[in-house]
Amino acid sequence: MDTILSLILIIITAIFVNNVVLAQFLGICPFLGVSKKVDTASGMGMAVTAVLVVATIVTYLIQVYVLNAFGLEYLQTIAFILVIAALVQMIEIILKKTMPALYQALGVFLPLITTNCCILGVAILVIQKDYNLLEGVVYALSTGFGFLLAMVLFAGLREQLDLVDVPKSFRGVPIALVTASLLAMAFMGFSGVDGGLKILFGLQ
Amino acid sequence: MNGIIKENPTFVLLLGMCPTLGTTSSALNGMSMGLATMCVLVVSNFIIALIKKCIPDMVRIPSYIVVIASLVTVLQMVIKAYAPEIDKSLGLFIPLIVVNCIILGRAESFAAKNGAIASIFDGIGIGLGFTLALTCLGAARELLGTGAVFGVTLWGEAYGMLMFVLAPGAFLVLGYLIVLFNKYVKKA
Repeated sequence: MDTILSLILIIITAIFVNNVVLAQFLGICPFLGVSKKVDTASGMGMAVTAVLVVATIVTYLIQVYVLNAFGLEYLQTIAFILVIAALVQMIEIILKKTMPALYQALGVFLPLITTNCCILGVAILVIQKDYNLLEGVVYALSTGFGFLLAMVLFAGLREQLDLVDVPKSFRGVPIALVTASLLAMAFMGFSGVDGGLKILFGLQ
Repeated sequence: MNGIIKENPTFVLLLGMCPTLGTTSSALNGMSMGLATMCVLVVSNFIIALIKKCIPDMVRIPSYIVVIASLVTVLQMVIKAYAPEIDKSLGLFIPLIVVNCIILGRAESFAAKNGAIASIFDGIGIGLGFTLALTCLGAARELLGTGAVFGVTLWGEAYGMLMFVLAPGAFLVLGYLIVLFNKYVKKA
């Protein structure tokens, strides 16, 4: 029972309280870059979620069975980034062969994901927070959903912004940043929820 | 020396947004992040300009990433050993220098086409622009949030708005800094 509750806590914390984009500032480039339309934003969000889960599993296994086993912890950054780059290429090739429809939908976003810092960031965070494999996967999945949620909300707001007459110096990125700030402020309303839930669930 | 104003990586090219927003809760943090990135950028530009002839075109991006990742690992160890407080406040963002698009972008667009010495100066220029932007942003947030800059109190914490040190303030201040930059600096 305790494990299930702690997993629920991880999910809620990762999606709402410590949202990757709006509270931890990971993955800002795609957040600002591909959020002009809701459907491309949700495509990117789903691609990131998928890569995030696979990358977390692989990097976790590498950390435990290769780096820790041979005392090579200092190679973490190099090993992880190479694995992620290779993984993204592989997922692209596999998707192309087996699921052309999904490849069509996600294809353009996949190469961009290698340099998305939220993948490397989450892989390192899972190791830093001492999660086990199950908790790591749940954390990665909910972080991905958090990213998807932020992307879709933000894209929806930006679609509305197109219809508004914005002062000249604010056009483009500045007004998007101000909007993101308001969205981040809304998400700040969740801060402290994780502590409350911890007490409610009786976890220490 | 284009990097400081005309091609400022933060205000004009909008690259490397994650560390820009994530590490600028104070002027000092912003400056140390900028300097750390600049070190990696200068050395990686230099190395890539030297070895570009030996790298086959097909695998050039992975090889650049290996060079950058090794440099970041060295930097991470140096910071951990000599400046543990900086390591603590920047935390996750030091290994994340690897995926900073500014570094890979300069490797691809400048170091791969120019000589070693020119690449060093390009690295210094872009790095200074980035450091300057991060320091400005950090100083503005620290001033509005706590009433101090670099830890020197100007008007006291009582007038600070905590929001500017937290996440929403990062987006808001960066947005307004870009507006000011567009309006006054770019025009001239």
